[in-house]
Amino acid sequence: MLAPPGGRRIVTATLLEVAGLSKSFHLVHAVRDVSFAIGRGETFGIVGESGSGKSTTARLVLRLVEPTTGLIRFRGQDLATLSKGALRRERRHMQMIFQDPYGSLNGRMTIEQLITEPMEVHDIGDAAERRRRVGQLLGEVGLPEAARHRFPHEFSGGQRQRIAIARALATEPQLIVADEPVSALDVSVQAQVLNLLLDLQQRHGLALLFISHDLRVVEFLCDRIAVMYLGNIVEEGPKTTIYAAPRHPYTRALLDSAPGRARKGAALKGDIPSARNLPVGCVFRSRCPLAFDRCAHEAPKHRMVAPLHRVACHLAEE
Amino acid sequence: MIAGPPILEVQNLSVALPISGRMVPVVTDLSLSIAPGEAVALVGESGCGKSMTARAIIGLPPPGAAVSGSIRLDGRELTTLAPRERRRVGGRGIGFIFQEPMTSLHPTLSIGQQMTDSLRYNLGLSARAARDRARELLARVGLPKERDLLNAYVHELSGGMRQRVMIAIAVSCDPKLIIADEPTTALDVTIQAQVLDLLIAMRAESGLAMLYISHDLEVVAEFCDRAIVMYAGDQMEAGTPVACLKTPHHPYTRGLVDAIPHAGETRARLSPIPGQVPALGFWPGGCRFQPRCPRQDQRCATRPDLAGVAHAEVRCWHPLVGDAS
Repeated sequence: MLAPPGGRRIVTATLLEVAGLSKSFHLVHAVRDVSFAIGRGETFGIVGESGSGKSTTARLVLRLVEPTTGLIRFRGQDLATLSKGALRRERRHMQMIFQDPYGSLNGRMTIEQLITEPMEVHDIGDAAERRRRVGQLLGEVGLPEAARHRFPHEFSGGQRQRIAIARALATEPQLIVADEPVSALDVSVQAQVLNLLLDLQQRHGLALLFISHDLRVVEFLCDRIAVMYLGNIVEEGPKTTIYAAPRHPYTRALLDSAPGRARKGAALKGDIPSARNLPVGCVFRSRCPLAFDRCAHEAPKHRMVAPLHRVACHLAEE
Repeated sequence: MIAGPPILEVQNLSVALPISGRMVPVVTDLSLSIAPGEAVALVGESGCGKSMTARAIIGLPPPGAAVSGSIRLDGRELTTLAPRERRRVGGRGIGFIFQEPMTSLHPTLSIGQQMTDSLRYNLGLSARAARDRARELLARVGLPKERDLLNAYVHELSGGMRQRVMIAIAVSCDPKLIIADEPTTALDVTIQAQVLDLLIAMRAESGLAMLYISHDLEVVAEFCDRAIVMYAGDQMEAGTPVACLKTPHHPYTRGLVDAIPHAGETRARLSPIPGQVPALGFWPGGCRFQPRCPRQDQRCATRPDLAGVAHAEVRCWHPLVGDAS
């Protein structure tokens, strides 16, 4: 039951495993039957356009949003069945970085308070140890020791994102979920934060669930990638395969539309349908240049087309 | 390059804004010209002055702004015109496309009302003729004919459709110049591609000149003839966008290119520009980029002039030449 469709084998020891995850908000099916797994120290990217369900998936994984159905297994435990207290203890090992470094840090707290707070919540160390740890964390993210007594508004967007990263690292998590962490930053600063994430990941053996709409950033950072469309994962595989030989028509269209990839003109006509009114059959068929009758009445199941590479498309069968 | 007298000629444009009681420069001494049918890009990060340049050109700077320099549209000086006359000349001659169609289109006026307003004001069309023309324009930007969009409101449309409406309004009075400020940034990738294609097609069809404002050199490289790279209110480099990407001469342009991951990237790490963009009012003297520049020395305390390097114009004492390593 826990094995994702197609019985995929995970190379590294699995840290997070998600199976059949769905979330509906009233009539809106935000996430539908999503399954994937992330190994320890791995970087897994979810790409998609707005309304694809990528951010909801990120929040479901941390149980910031309660799933309608589905399993979330983290460090071998089913998060859905954990008690409130046990879930809180488990949260120490998973932290989140948000897109907006302006809205996600409490402006009334000093940097020291912001970074100590998660340690207090999880009862890590005593006051003196926590203070020492703040200095160490500030160093790790490239901020001066003196930053601890200042407030978020005194820092630029890139520096605030560093503070958010220091705060996320405070509990020594094994998984960091980052939802568009560099989208709000200027290009010259994006690179600083991306490099920092890479360094920290290598140094601490962190696993990273990286959510983004930016195909260039995802290609640079991630080992494996899932492509989401209207709440569904339509394709998942190793980075190199997805970018060099995409098998789902949507992935292909996404790559063909991206700037800097010798764009051949708009690959898709029309708009993304509303998640209130999903197409029957394959969710992508209303925009798919290759759709045929079968797509209208039968939703394609995931099929393995190569090791670690699966596609939900009727055309991927041959 | 396209020949002919320029449609738009901007000379020594400077803009300053009142910020906490003093005038703070946001654009310094910017000059550019756009020939008929030519597309010129203003490229830079937030706060570089690219949008402020556009607002100064259309005569809509923020309240209290001090604008100096010359702005000529089709040979006619705009800065000395009376506001009413300027509205008339600018309204017909320049079409504007904003980044966020949700906030730049009116929420409680129907699409038809918004479109016919400018047609009636600028072209003197009757209500009926204006509606007919509006319907034509909506078809031209690829909106479905079967939907009665003239009676629709902005909230009923998707982001891509809104931007198509914006484009229809921008070209409605047959302008000579289109100014587009990050018109695809708020859109999803697949929709962004559609809107870009539409802009490229409209330009090819009607020989429109275009000033295209973007933070992304790779988007601009697809269809612009020239790119002007701005940093902290100052022009750093101008050249073809492909040359800016492949053989940048200004250390800032180089830094911008190296900071972005590119398709098929094989680098293990990116090369960020150290430090951060200085805030408005805290720009350094001399070369604005010098505190972050790897090639900085004492000469950089004086602002360099724009000088020709290869086929580009560069404002730098130590431009990168040759293999630019």
